[in-house]
Order: sequence, then C-alpha cells, then structure tokens
Amino acid sequence: MIAPDAVPYLPRGVRLHRDHVRDRWVLLAPERTISLDMIGHAIITELDGSSGFAQIVDRLAAKYDAPADQIAGDVQQFLGQLAERRFLEVRA
Amino acid sequence: MKVPAPLAMLAELTHRCPLSCPYCSNPVELAARSGELTTEEWISTFKQAADLGVLQLHLSGGEPATRRDLTELVKGARDAGLYTNLITSGIGLTEKRMHELDAAGLDHIQLSLQGTDAEMADRIGGYRGGYERKMQVAGWIKDIGFPLTLNAVLHRQNLHQLPRALEMAVEMGARRIEVAIVQFYGWAMLNRNVLMPTREQAKEAERIVARAREDLKGTLVIDFVPADYHSDYPKRCMGGWGTTGLNIAPDGQVLPCHAAQTIKHLKFENVRDKPLADIWYQSDAFNTYRGTDFLPEPCQSCDRKKIDFGGCRCQALAVAGDASATDPVCVKSPFNDKMRALAEDFSADEAAEITYRTAAG
Repeated sequence: MIAPDAVPYLPRGVRLHRDHVRDRWVLLAPERTISLDMIGHAIITELDGSSGFAQIVDRLAAKYDAPADQIAGDVQQFLGQLAERRFLEVRA
Repeated sequence: MKVPAPLAMLAELTHRCPLSCPYCSNPVELAARSGELTTEEWISTFKQAADLGVLQLHLSGGEPATRRDLTELVKGARDAGLYTNLITSGIGLTEKRMHELDAAGLDHIQLSLQGTDAEMADRIGGYRGGYERKMQVAGWIKDIGFPLTLNAVLHRQNLHQLPRALEMAVEMGARRIEVAIVQFYGWAMLNRNVLMPTREQAKEAERIVARAREDLKGTLVIDFVPADYHSDYPKRCMGGWGTTGLNIAPDGQVLPCHAAQTIKHLKFENVRDKPLADIWYQSDAFNTYRGTDFLPEPCQSCDRKKIDFGGCRCQALAVAGDASATDPVCVKSPFNDKMRALAEDFSADEAAEITYRTAAG
C-alpha cells in the first residue's frame, strides 16, 4: 500500500512515450513496454516527483468528477502493480 | 494474417569481443570488422526502425563496447526516439566512457555474468581478469545510476552458482535479473557436451527461481529462460517469427532471430540494399515462417498452436532435420524421444572439454 503522503515517481529508465505508429501512449521500461489506456495515462502524467499519493488522487477526482475513494482504489492498484515490477518507486 | 509492426530490434553492432564464451549467440561463421555497418548506416537503420514501430533497441554484439562510435550510436538511437539498452560484458567500458554514454541518453544496461567468482567467470569467458573488470564496471553502473539487469547465463558447469548470482544482482542494485539457461544453437551446440545441464539441475533451477520470486518480490524481478531440452513444451520463440522483433547482423543482414542463419535455405536481405520496412513486411525470410499455416501436425490441431507457434524453427531444423517441423522439445513431437536421449547423452559427458569461440576477423 502506498501511504497518503508518500510520493510515487517513475525511476530512471522508465519513461512515458508516445507510440505514433500504434497511436497510443506507452511506458518504456527495461526490456518491457507497457501499453497505457486513458486512465493509466492520466495517472502517470500526475506523477511529478513531488505530489503525494493523496494529492494525486484529489486532482484526478476533481478532473474526472469522480468520488475520491473510488479513484484512490484504482490508483493504488495501478501503481502497486507497477511498483511490484520495479517500474515505479515510492519516496516516503 | 495481418503482419504487426515490430516492437524490438537487436542490433549486433559487431562480432568482435574480448571474451570467447563457448555458448556465444553469434553464428559460428563470424562477420569480419571490414564488413560492419558504418556509424551513418547504423543511425539510418535506427531511424527506419523507429518509423517502422520499433520502441526498444538492444545494442549488442559481440561486445558493443569494441565499437569506438558506441556513444554516437546511442545518441543517434535516442534522437530517433528509441529506448536504448546496452547488452555488454563490461569489458572495454571505462568510467569516462560510461559518463559519456550517460550524457548520450543511454536508458539501461544489461550486464552479462559468466560466473559468480573469478575462477569460474574467467574460465568460461576465456579471458583472465575479466571478472574483476566486470565488478569494477558494476560499481560505476551503480554510481552513475544506470538501471541494471544482470544476465546470468547458466549451464552444467555453473548452475550451482545460481543462488549467489541472485544475491549479486541485489547487491549490485539491479532491478532485474535474467536467469538464462543456455539454449543450444551455434557455438553452444558445438559445446553441448560441456554445457548441457542434467535433468536434476534443470529442475533445481526451477525450484530456486520460484522461491526467489517470492522472497524478492518488489526488490528483484526475475525473468527465467528454462532448460528447453528438459521442458515439456517449446518456448514461444521470438514471441512468434516475424511478429515482435528483428535482428540486424554486423554487416547489415536482417534476421528474424539471431540463429536464423543456420537455416540455409532462407535468403536474408540487407539494410544496405533495401528499406527496413520492405524487408520486414515483404521478404521471404520473414514471411516463410510467419503465422501457423506452415506447421504440420501435431501442431495444426493443437490448442497450444497460438501459444508457442510450434516453437523454434532453428531447433526443429537442428534436431528434427526440418525447419517447419514441430519443435522437438514438445512432448507431442515424433522426435521428442530423440531430444530427450540427446539431453541425457550430452549431460553425462564428464570428459568433454570447452571449444572456445574464435576471434572475429
């Protein structure tokens, strides 16, 4: 679980990339390419290296006019999977 | 079948290498330095690859650090929009050069490991002092902060070192390790009697990997290439022939996989003669084994047909004598008994001696 004030960020070697040939956004990582849907892309673009988890959730909730609880669950799951595969770091 | 655009390209910048590992993935007939693509030719190929849809570029060899223009090539690849991965033994990299690669935008390094101590590593690599140098390079990688994958190549001589290799990956700060049991093509095939793991070793490696995946979850990602002579089903070779990736040989030949030149009836095109996109979509070498139409029984009626595409074409040729046959690793292959007998024979040869890879001219 990522704590509310912990800061999730993409470590060196993981970066957002526009795949023009396939008309989509991807995360490029060591020997892996992760295709991002609209929600995944929205979450990744909120990772600015200084915002805490709760702040990110609040911004997304406002932007998409959705309950923060629900957004928090989705973001937790998405970022948790990335962290487990070492595509995301979390600073306490 | 609609042909998808490729995602990954392996650029074998050179066949030259200070090491002479007996399982080298380069072909037995090595390309000479004089025939290597120039800096401009490589960079043009990278641009064409990016336009074609390639996202990931693996810079390999031989030892890519033997190319004096390596930094320039990395910069050219990054400018083309590619994710750049350097696949290296570390030999030939200096601290100064690594800072230059950092500035050029190198994304990731995959460092090979021939053994977990100097005695083993230098014997397998055939290069004295290689291990010590590699450890120094690993230190620089950590200091600069390059994301690292450790690539441990394992076989009968060093499979007992797998637990230590996993520890070393964590100590080096690697996010990922590839535990790759040697596959038998080219040089490795010449050395099969030295390298073939026993069935018990292959099973033990699977147990160790399964346990480590649990213990190191969130710390180290483990990719595992099992000993396919001891497996029940074939690997999904190259993610499917001509669907996911392509290789460029040092002289510009475009290959569906690094061992494809063992299939003598295929004719390979060259980036010096034709646009890369034409070669990918139209050449016979890529189209011959695309999809599953060419496969015989038992593949045609098998529910794994779309999972493994009948396995590896080069292995089908090497063991079954026919590149369009079912990969003999498969328990359903008529040649599976032969495959198992070969594995037993090779792994039992205690007296076998290493035939080192020769130098590229």
